[in-house]
Amino acid sequence: MRTRFTGLKAWWVQRVSAVYMLLFVLFLLYSFALQPLRAFSQWHAWMARPVTSVAFLVFFTALLGHMWVGMRDVLLDYARPAALRQVLLFASAFGLLGLGVWLLWILLRLQG
Amino acid sequence: MTPPDQRLDASGDRLASQIPETSARDIALVHRPVFLNLMRIQLPVGALTSIGHRISGVVLIASVPIAVYLLGLSLGDEAGFLQVKALFTRFAVKAAALVMIWALAQHVLGGVRHLLTDFDIGSPLRVARRSAWFVNLAAVAVALFAAGALW
Repeated sequence: MRTRFTGLKAWWVQRVSAVYMLLFVLFLLYSFALQPLRAFSQWHAWMARPVTSVAFLVFFTALLGHMWVGMRDVLLDYARPAALRQVLLFASAFGLLGLGVWLLWILLRLQG
Repeated sequence: MTPPDQRLDASGDRLASQIPETSARDIALVHRPVFLNLMRIQLPVGALTSIGHRISGVVLIASVPIAVYLLGLSLGDEAGFLQVKALFTRFAVKAAALVMIWALAQHVLGGVRHLLTDFDIGSPLRVARRSAWFVNLAAVAVALFAAGALW
């Protein structure tokens, strides 16, 4: 299996995604502290705003990339034997793809 | 003159031909494999921050599918939103959320410490130990604060 996002590329994915997610989480905390969304209509309307949706789309992309680098590191360090490690790496990749489709569906449904 | 059995080769080791044959008695004296008593190993604080970063990362990965499910449910319709809201009144759900918040705080603070290290900030041992203490304690403080907000 030719694993993408390895070496220096993985290092960059991990750092860039980390910085975006850090800023995003701080923005979320600030935003909810300022204006709590207690009703469904408020929550839905806020999430459906293009700015929020795009910010979440970038966040989910960063999250999935960050998760891949982390899961790969942990599996390479601890998963034995090699055959099991390959299976787990494949399973992780498929799981992340599945999560990506699911999140995209949640975001697209907001606009519909 | 040096006795022949104490002459060293270039690497400083005794010449292989001069090492006496290993007997079964010698192997018994070496006591291998060596079993370490894990309870007696004391990790330095930086090691706790390091393994804490991994453990919290794994906890966060495990919680992502649940969080995505709850996000989708809360955005689906009014009933789903109220269902998610009701979930967070239950003790077990609050406790799980608390563990997740601790993991997030530990991972984010440890991650910022790593990022600073990338820029060569906080690398000397004294500073690194102090920041490691700060990360571990601040993560617990955030969790306590969250517990206060949840209950």
